[in-house]
Amino acid sequence: MGASFGRGGATQFVQDIANTDCLIIQGSNMAECHPVAFQWVTEAKLRGARVIHIDPRFTRTSAVADKHIPIRAGSDVILLGALINQVLRTGSYFEEYVAAYTNASMIVSDDYQDTEDLSGVFSGYDPETGQYDLTSWAYRSRKPGEDDIGEAGPEEHGAAKAASAAGHAHGAAGAPLDHALIERDPTMQDPRCVLQILKRHYARYTPDLVTSACGISAADFAYLSESLVANSGRERTTMFAYAVGWTQHSLGAQFIRTAAILQLLMGNVGRPGGGIMALRGHASIQGASDIPTLFNLLPGYLPMPTAGKDETLAQFLSAVSSPRQKGFWTHADAYLVSLLKAWWGDAAQPENDFCYDYLPRMNGNHNTYQSVLGMIAGTVEGYFLLGQNPAVGSANGRLQRLGMANLKWLVVRDFNLIESATWWKDGPEIATGELETDKIGTEIFFLPAANHAEKDGTFTQTQRMLQWHFKAVEPPGDARSDLSFYYVLGKKIRERLAGSTDPRDRPLLDLTWDYPQDEHGEPDADAVLREINGTYLSGEQAGQALPGFGALKADGSTASGCWIYSGVYADEVNASKNKLPDAQQSWVAPNWGWAWPMNRRILYNRASADPQGRPWSERKAYVWWDEQTGRWVGHDVPDFPLTTAPSYRPADGTSGPEALAGDDPFIMQADGKGWLFAPRGMIDGPLPTHYEAQESPIGNPLYPQQRNPARLVYPHKDNLTAPSFGEPGADVYPFVATTYRLTEHHTAGAMSRWLPYLSELQPEFFCEVSPELAAERGLVNGGWATLISPRSAIEARVLVTERMTPLIIGGRTIHQIGMPYHWGVGGTGAVVTGDSANDLLGVTLDPNVSIQESKVSSVDIQPGRRPRGEALTRLVADYQSRSGATVVTGNDIVNENDEREERR
Amino acid sequence: MTDRAAFLGWPALRQLATGDYLGRGQAVVSKKTRDKLARTATADKVVKSVCPYCAVGCGQNIFVKDGKVVQIEGDPDSPVSRGRLCPKGSASEQLVNSPTRQTTVLYRAPYATDWSPLGLEEATDMIADRVIETRRRTWQDKDENGQFLRRTMGIASLGGAALDNEENYLMKKLYTAMGAIQVENQARI
Ligand code: SF4
Ligand code: SF4
Repeated sequence: MGASFGRGGATQFVQDIANTDCLIIQGSNMAECHPVAFQWVTEAKLRGARVIHIDPRFTRTSAVADKHIPIRAGSDVILLGALINQVLRTGSYFEEYVAAYTNASMIVSDDYQDTEDLSGVFSGYDPETGQYDLTSWAYRSRKPGEDDIGEAGPEEHGAAKAASAAGHAHGAAGAPLDHALIERDPTMQDPRCVLQILKRHYARYTPDLVTSACGISAADFAYLSESLVANSGRERTTMFAYAVGWTQHSLGAQFIRTAAILQLLMGNVGRPGGGIMALRGHASIQGASDIPTLFNLLPGYLPMPTAGKDETLAQFLSAVSSPRQKGFWTHADAYLVSLLKAWWGDAAQPENDFCYDYLPRMNGNHNTYQSVLGMIAGTVEGYFLLGQNPAVGSANGRLQRLGMANLKWLVVRDFNLIESATWWKDGPEIATGELETDKIGTEIFFLPAANHAEKDGTFTQTQRMLQWHFKAVEPPGDARSDLSFYYVLGKKIRERLAGSTDPRDRPLLDLTWDYPQDEHGEPDADAVLREINGTYLSGEQAGQALPGFGALKADGSTASGCWIYSGVYADEVNASKNKLPDAQQSWVAPNWGWAWPMNRRILYNRASADPQGRPWSERKAYVWWDEQTGRWVGHDVPDFPLTTAPSYRPADGTSGPEALAGDDPFIMQADGKGWLFAPRGMIDGPLPTHYEAQESPIGNPLYPQQRNPARLVYPHKDNLTAPSFGEPGADVYPFVATTYRLTEHHTAGAMSRWLPYLSELQPEFFCEVSPELAAERGLVNGGWATLISPRSAIEARVLVTERMTPLIIGGRTIHQIGMPYHWGVGGTGAVVTGDSANDLLGVTLDPNVSIQESKVSSVDIQPGRRPRGEALTRLVADYQSRSGATVVTGNDIVNENDEREERR
Repeated sequence: MTDRAAFLGWPALRQLATGDYLGRGQAVVSKKTRDKLARTATADKVVKSVCPYCAVGCGQNIFVKDGKVVQIEGDPDSPVSRGRLCPKGSASEQLVNSPTRQTTVLYRAPYATDWSPLGLEEATDMIADRVIETRRRTWQDKDENGQFLRRTMGIASLGGAALDNEENYLMKKLYTAMGAIQVENQARI
């Protein structure tokens, strides 16, 4: 979402679901995966909202929806693209909103060529590297003083080579533009303007195509588009909700982009009951991106520097944002310098670029799957696992375990002896004989962890809200918080290096690493959060907590560990501890927890008012301009400069927040607008385009280019790809498998399979198949089935159910198989165990965010249990050889197979 | 029991006397039930917390007695969850008190076929030594073009989505200072 709106977080707060008139849940089984949030869906229904669930499976979410629309897994861009086409063709988009708040009227470079022109790739593609050069996607510039359409100015939005797999990079700010002088056509008629490009790009995404490629009937499509149109506009709003069903694809980020485009066209962003609700699966997964345990980011979505490109602080900052663009991201220098001051304190001075050189550099994609290949290759020696169980929870579990078996040392911190701690004696490869315990040289430390009841701290939940959990009891035995573990580890490392003259040890020795500890040695989480919020370092207020990110300076006079969280400790009050009871505050509940940025609960809420600053309608009033006081006011904290009047227009040459016009609601975007077309920020295309999954039962119905040409492939003998439709051997793995989660378990099971209550509720691993598929393969309800992919073979109990619907695609029946992925083999003390669905999956990643494709893969299914021991390895090998899958098949990035064209 | 008390103890009269006309409340509560007290009523303190499973972030009230968690319930004050918890949140008391929880450090030496015990302090010392050794051995100062790298590719880390912001912050800070960049979490998975 960052590339479309300027920030990656959910646009709304959970309770706001109740205000929607139409909720489209796609890529999420919300009733089962986010059950307590689902109460707000029920609330919306009681208020008359329509709820539509689009999902391959009929689930409990479908059961209470007004309509369930089954879809072929992985075809979402076709469906949403067809909706975009429909609203553009019939003129039923929200024209006034689109003209004022989006980049629809901006003119794009004459060099831009669409996938429609180039058989499924955009201009700028380099087949050698599999990467795009983004230059030709740029806006056309105008000269200062010129208004709107004028002579074409020089294309100076800068050459930008797509960095491979940046990912989550636009969590808090949009992509940079060189400046904000952009040529526009306010009538939106110019053939090179964004709206017209959009029309052409999606012209072939028709209702017929939806029927033939997604398996959705014309009547269902009509119902969907009518619901969307009838529930958008001045008086009404539609909301989209998604979860990992959308992100876990080789073009996952583009799925979300398609919904973002649609919501911008319908005028549903920044308004109550609208937007896009991202439903995240872990207590603090939003927080773990904000303060990232991610390789390519520093806190607050500042990028980690890249070797060669960001040699100096000045070079680094010029790539992050341009001083001539609009919005708050022009202050990135203040955010970075304050971070460096927080980390290196007095050592960070203007003369040494505030220790910028202490930051390590990237030179490629260093994501977790790459690290696993590094373990297998022997370059990665040591590995820390913190509350994560990759032996079960990551794609291609066997690859994960083989990687760990080749480490020098492994540290596992968890509550229980999970599979990732015990694979060396009871993992699946020990059973097949591929690994032998006494030949594995990995040294392993298991350290018990404290849980949420045993420590103080904050989680950032799905709506960007920080909530403090108070420590209730002391952790038992050796169990400690990760705060304590890392603090002590850091101290020990620094003690050992004390006195070192080696320059490489300076960053460790100069680090600010001094937190108050309680009598049990536990560092004070409050003090850490205060450091994250930041303090003044000089002047009258020296030593005091900062009021918010607006106070950050680039001259070294402020420190802040994460600029977007600045404000959580304003006035020395830890606002994440706010727990004013629901009944005692407004429906926006601003005094419960604290949401970044600056406690704003609906983002881009300036757009809830019309260009003149009046609510679009009484019914949907949220934030508006108050003429009397000359300020923005309303139910929420305005996500806009408080005193910038709706009529304000900046002079040419103005930059930064002052350059935001009174009708630029997207304040983290370089041009202040919502991006229908992304001239920067997406590395696999400015517009979402349908490609088939890495493994697909059909040929791409739109382009000869079968798969996302910019996806990340990992050719490896232990990561083979099943042939897709039209490739030899495609019938060996004929079915589509999709994974999902259950209410009663949690991801890889570490926090649920060891609990008797939850294990009793969902004791056994199973797969869901339709009665038709059961008949075809002789599968019996309650009996066993073996599932085989090019990576592995596993067994599951069979659940025959009409909830699985065979789809007719291109005249052929496509069967889909559903599997929850919570079980694993091995582990000590687990109440229930079972084969792991993730062992079936291969590693292919979305190029924007490096997230694996686990929602779609090809498998075969046979009745009965899987073979044991070495016979299992033989079964998998036999399938591989029959399919003809090799290390190269499926991994050529551009197409690929011209024969397919004829066959289609 | 006096005759009068026994008489008033007749179910129908008991219903009338207590105003429980439908006979579903006070009138049908046995002495055994009456003498029972909820764990939540006898707790020494109630601590405000947040469910550690999914990202809805439901509010929890943790009931503590004699330094032990005795019950975890939904927090009715939370505007997000309004007192509700799903099966996972409701089961979280077992997460704290599970008998299968591993509460001591375990060590597996290279090629060993089983775990052996190890002290927490000693384990942390050994890990600090491993980090320093690996970092030395795998340090990359510059790439082949002479451009700064200042990092180690010998150390990787996975996890964070279940951790507190403060924990992620210290991890990221320490890893970055030691030059370890292969730091990842569930957001990627
Ligand atoms: S049985 Fe399941 S749904 Fe019913 S109250 Fe218990 S946990 Fe909730
Ligand atoms: S109680 Fe259930 S819905 Fe609420 S945060 Fe916990 S896991 Fe999520």
